[in-house]
Amino acid sequence: MRRWTEMLCRGATRLLAGGAAALIVGGIAHAQLAPPPGPTAEAIKKRGMLNCGIDTGVPGFAAQDASGKWKGIDIDYCRALAAAVLGDPEKIKYVPTTAAARFTVLQSGEIDVLIRDSTLTFTRSTVLGLDQVAVNFYAGQGFLVKKSLGVSKAADLQGATICTVTGATLELNIADFARSTGAKIDTLLFDKAEEAIAAMEAGRCDGYTDDSGSLAGMRSTLKVPGDWMVLPDLISKEPLGIHIRSGDARWNKIVFWLDTALKSAEEFGVTQANADQLKTTSKDPFVLRLLGVEGDFGKALGLDNDWALKAIKVSGNYGEMYDRYFGPKALDLPRGLNNLYNKGGMHYTLPLR
Amino acid sequence: MRIRNKAWAWQATTAGAVVAVLLWFSHNLSANLAIRGMQVDFAFLWQRSGFDIPFRLVAWDNSYTYGYALVVSGVNTLFAAALCVVLASLLGLLLALMRLSGNPLAVGFSRTSIEVVRNTPQLTQIVFFYFAVLQVLPPMRQSLQWGSGIFLNVRGLYIPSPSGVLWDWIVAGTCIVVLLVAVLWRRFSWHELPRIVVLPPLLVAGVVIAGFTASWELPALKGFNFVGGIRIPPELLALVLGITIYTSVFIAEIIRAAIQGIHHGQSEAARSLGLSSGQSMFLVILPQALRILIPPLTSQYLNIIKSTTLGAAIAYPEILQIFARTVLNQSGRAVEVMTLVLGVFLAINLITSAIMNAWNRRLALQGR
Repeated sequence: MRRWTEMLCRGATRLLAGGAAALIVGGIAHAQLAPPPGPTAEAIKKRGMLNCGIDTGVPGFAAQDASGKWKGIDIDYCRALAAAVLGDPEKIKYVPTTAAARFTVLQSGEIDVLIRDSTLTFTRSTVLGLDQVAVNFYAGQGFLVKKSLGVSKAADLQGATICTVTGATLELNIADFARSTGAKIDTLLFDKAEEAIAAMEAGRCDGYTDDSGSLAGMRSTLKVPGDWMVLPDLISKEPLGIHIRSGDARWNKIVFWLDTALKSAEEFGVTQANADQLKTTSKDPFVLRLLGVEGDFGKALGLDNDWALKAIKVSGNYGEMYDRYFGPKALDLPRGLNNLYNKGGMHYTLPLR
Repeated sequence: MRIRNKAWAWQATTAGAVVAVLLWFSHNLSANLAIRGMQVDFAFLWQRSGFDIPFRLVAWDNSYTYGYALVVSGVNTLFAAALCVVLASLLGLLLALMRLSGNPLAVGFSRTSIEVVRNTPQLTQIVFFYFAVLQVLPPMRQSLQWGSGIFLNVRGLYIPSPSGVLWDWIVAGTCIVVLLVAVLWRRFSWHELPRIVVLPPLLVAGVVIAGFTASWELPALKGFNFVGGIRIPPELLALVLGITIYTSVFIAEIIRAAIQGIHHGQSEAARSLGLSSGQSMFLVILPQALRILIPPLTSQYLNIIKSTTLGAAIAYPEILQIFARTVLNQSGRAVEVMTLVLGVFLAINLITSAIMNAWNRRLALQGR
């Protein structure tokens, strides 16, 4: 009698364990066979178009050239993402967003991703319900001032008036800086950077404040750039990066690993020019995985295995993008924190394995 | 009876449809907010704001709350709107009288300026005026100076500010006395004197006495900027200029239409009684024209109040800029902030139109 119950119990346990194991194995097998790319990526594929939220015009990040073509590191990111998901970097609808409207545009679903020199902060992550996927530019808030003022550091700006734009954290940073150093700095807030810069050139303010990357861009648009200088010190940390709506973990992974792929490509010496060639000649397993020769990394994301290759071929690796817009031949902003971790910067990529 | 039933059915259907659409919107709102893990919560209004407001008429520093920022920016909005209402009405009247004067130069000027101003976008005009103002004013170290305490430069107009304890009470007392005298005018025996001869000098005398009792703080150049005194920023100047000029041409056309709506016999009668053309205009025609022009004038005043939000483009710290930009961004409470901004404007405009409608009822012809 007792043995009989024991056997029954054991049998039932085995059966349950076996069933659970089968379920898990089956689940894994299913996941490996047909991983869905997630609702956002599926919607993009169905639409045949990536809706990319960008800035309204900051040289270096997103600005239109004389022919109306968008140029900038954020634009290159959009193009790389479109190439990875859709296989075509031209299938993008650019949605220029103001500082004040950008997150609402993202929340409402009008754009799939916001790549718009936007700082990743606590409030934006929690209160706004957004996912902060990756940092594509480490900046800090700096000041652009007239050389003739004779100012050499931010603390010298005691009593000065600074022009800037609304809808960002810029005026809060200045107020925080003033509070912590006991300085008094007035701010004058405009809707658009163009008007703030024009007011500064007219003498209404003593300087202009923005993220260090944007400052270099704005300085290049002034009537006489040589009369102006960017102060060396930064009063805040501004990790600029990519925002998506919360709730689509698969889309989060695609965007995150695309950013990693672009930075890893620089780390392993994969460029726009040699990517195709390295596919056959490289012996480095990381390069082979990145380019989709080995492993099923693209499929695991719900994309094609050559997703990263397509992205790199569009506008090169992260370093090439940086040089194109911020390098010595462009805005001439030293890479500093924006270098790779092994060259003294902050971009430390997670391993592709 | 059947027709009445049909009418009721239509009314009920329409009302039901409107309610259904509103319910659908609010359901979508709460559902979408829930998906993103957000909820409507006005508690942020009591949090410390942490930012500065460069121009304000009431006390403010960055330790005040978000809710109080709405008050400060609301006062700025009302101040700009009040200036624009007064100036646009006066300028509009002037343009209308010029247009009707018959003098070819005055008619031409009025007509051209009306056509140019009303056919170009308002925001463009305001930005234009702002940069025009900035270009015209001298740089800070070459300020125009009057006496030892008034300076004008690209940063604004600096005037001495009064301080002390007695002067503000004298000003307030004078205002109350002037108001009382104006209201109780007919009770006094010397009412053959026109009010206009007595009241303004009384007001001026009070202000002058107050000015002598106050001690004055003079603005002085210190470091980057003038310190001390009262500063009227070029942003306010440009905004008031832009809105006043834009609205005055519409008001001019409204006044012209109202004047032309008065029967010609009225002015002929006035002239035959021996009134001068000025007297017939201000004593006979305009008082009657007021009845026609108040309703459309009300719309223009409401437009002025709403147009002050264009100040956000040129750094005037009004409700839209301070609350719907800075506070919205810092708190992340888009739905709550925009609801409050709309509510505040709705309240201001409903009060304004209630006042204008009361005035209109008072002027309306009785017993017709």
